[in-house]
Amino acid sequence: MIRLIWFEMIKTFTRWRTYIGFIAFAIIVPMVVTGLKLGGQNSFKRSLLSLLQNDFIIGGNVLNGWFFGFFFMGALWVHVPIVLTIVAGDQIAGEGNAGTFRFLLTHSVSRTRIIAAKFIVTLIYTAVMVLFIGGLTIGLSLWAFGGGDLLVIRKGILVIQEARLPYLFLMAYGLATLSMFVVSSLCFLFSAFTDNSIGPIIATMAVIIVSIIIISLPFELFQAIRPYLFVNYFDAWQKVFDDPVPWNIIRMDISILTGFMITFFLTAVVYFSRKDILS
Amino acid sequence: MTDIILRTINLTKRYKNRLAVDHLNIEVRQGEIFGFLGPNGAGKSTTIRMILHLIFPTEGDVEIFGASLKETRHRALGNVGAVVEKPAFYGHLSALRNMEILGGLQKPVTRRRIMKYLDRVGLADRADDPVKTYSHGMNQRLGLALILLKEPQLIILDEPTTGLDPQGMKEVRELILELSRERGVTVLLSSHLLYEVEMIATKMAIIHHGRLRVEGSVHDLLKKGPSEVLIKTDRPAEAMQFLKTNESYGSARIHSDGIKVELDQDRIPELNRHLVNAGFNVNALVPQRTLETYFLNLIEGREA
Repeated sequence: MIRLIWFEMIKTFTRWRTYIGFIAFAIIVPMVVTGLKLGGQNSFKRSLLSLLQNDFIIGGNVLNGWFFGFFFMGALWVHVPIVLTIVAGDQIAGEGNAGTFRFLLTHSVSRTRIIAAKFIVTLIYTAVMVLFIGGLTIGLSLWAFGGGDLLVIRKGILVIQEARLPYLFLMAYGLATLSMFVVSSLCFLFSAFTDNSIGPIIATMAVIIVSIIIISLPFELFQAIRPYLFVNYFDAWQKVFDDPVPWNIIRMDISILTGFMITFFLTAVVYFSRKDILS
Repeated sequence: MTDIILRTINLTKRYKNRLAVDHLNIEVRQGEIFGFLGPNGAGKSTTIRMILHLIFPTEGDVEIFGASLKETRHRALGNVGAVVEKPAFYGHLSALRNMEILGGLQKPVTRRRIMKYLDRVGLADRADDPVKTYSHGMNQRLGLALILLKEPQLIILDEPTTGLDPQGMKEVRELILELSRERGVTVLLSSHLLYEVEMIATKMAIIHHGRLRVEGSVHDLLKKGPSEVLIKTDRPAEAMQFLKTNESYGSARIHSDGIKVELDQDRIPELNRHLVNAGFNVNALVPQRTLETYFLNLIEGREA
């Protein structure tokens, strides 16, 4: 199995398309940080601090690297799936499209093992991408704006001491990675249904966008559907910045997200194990 | 112990209302080069894909080395090497890497072994180049190298010479014959090039509309029924008159290449004697019954 995973790693990480997402974020994040540094920071000051300064005494470096690291995570989680699907959607469909299954599946290696190896590599890619984006945003933000305590405005206003932040961000990245695992798993499942890599990308993004619309609208019917949509649990990472940290809710979110991931994977395995390879 | 290497048992594939393969029963024995023929859409590729477990049969089973594909796919396919239709590789990777991955799924392969087989098919000097820079013919040869790397006892080739130049086609044919003669490898060969099958196959099956129309040794099938003989003499017009006097050669007619007459192949020596005794110089007597004529007659329903 390790050899199969290694082969899938070679196939995935030697392709140009694997690095499209890394390149995109390596351009976008420094651009935004530069923009903030060259004046964008002032608009934050005007809209945020002027609002708070009416009721609070603000001292120290509040608009610091941690603040913008937190801001980036909140802003990018809708965009990260796009780059993840470029690779996840190609994992099975790409082989079908290229015709390489004709060699790959005529050996005495089970389809389940091949699919499992592909899935593991998809998860590795997803984790590397999320951690790359996280490391890049935090690293650049801290370098550009320095450190300090984190001001979190969620269910209220919360100031978290800087000493706790590396640990909390690590936790948040872990939960964000799990959320993105679900996105990749869904795209992986769609990839098993077709021999065209574009289809799974479009289908996954369509599911995410429709789900976001459903959970955003305050209609009674949509609110009833909400718990059954995986997108509903995507903000699990933000909960580690609450006080007190709602560990029970986070544990439940982890279980549900893991459940979605396993369901998508097993469905892909069952479907692909009976699929006729016609390409 | 049976010498049947591959057996299809009532192998059937139905796509909605279309029957692609209809209760196909063929047997391939140890050491045979088995030609698998049929017009486009006859069900050849579907059959080969079912044998290789790429397509699931609607009904029936395949036995390879006595093991049922339904029950023990791993054991059944462990000793099989195959190229199905156009060989496809990971274009961004080198030939060496492709061989390492696709040949090393069951057990690791050394670079030395890979190079040995790349050299065997004439690709050693391009081993490190990305496969996307290869021509179609080079891809075909890489596919064969991959099969050789596995050292299988049964080789399944679907149109193995497509896209190759005449020299490449000759090399592939020689390779198949070498594997069969020297290593006792059994080969199932699907091809639309009938002369190719005629040249190397020892046995063949023809399918049409998913059904087996005929199966047997190439030699026997070509001998079956009447065939035509092309006669080349120094005086064709006079030879034609002479042949018409003998009712055995009543079908004789003048053709652009000489005279053609319908005749069983085993009566060709007798025809030669008649012509020579009558004073004609016989330059050539060429049997016209080729696999192509047999195949076309069968497909068009002129032959049982």
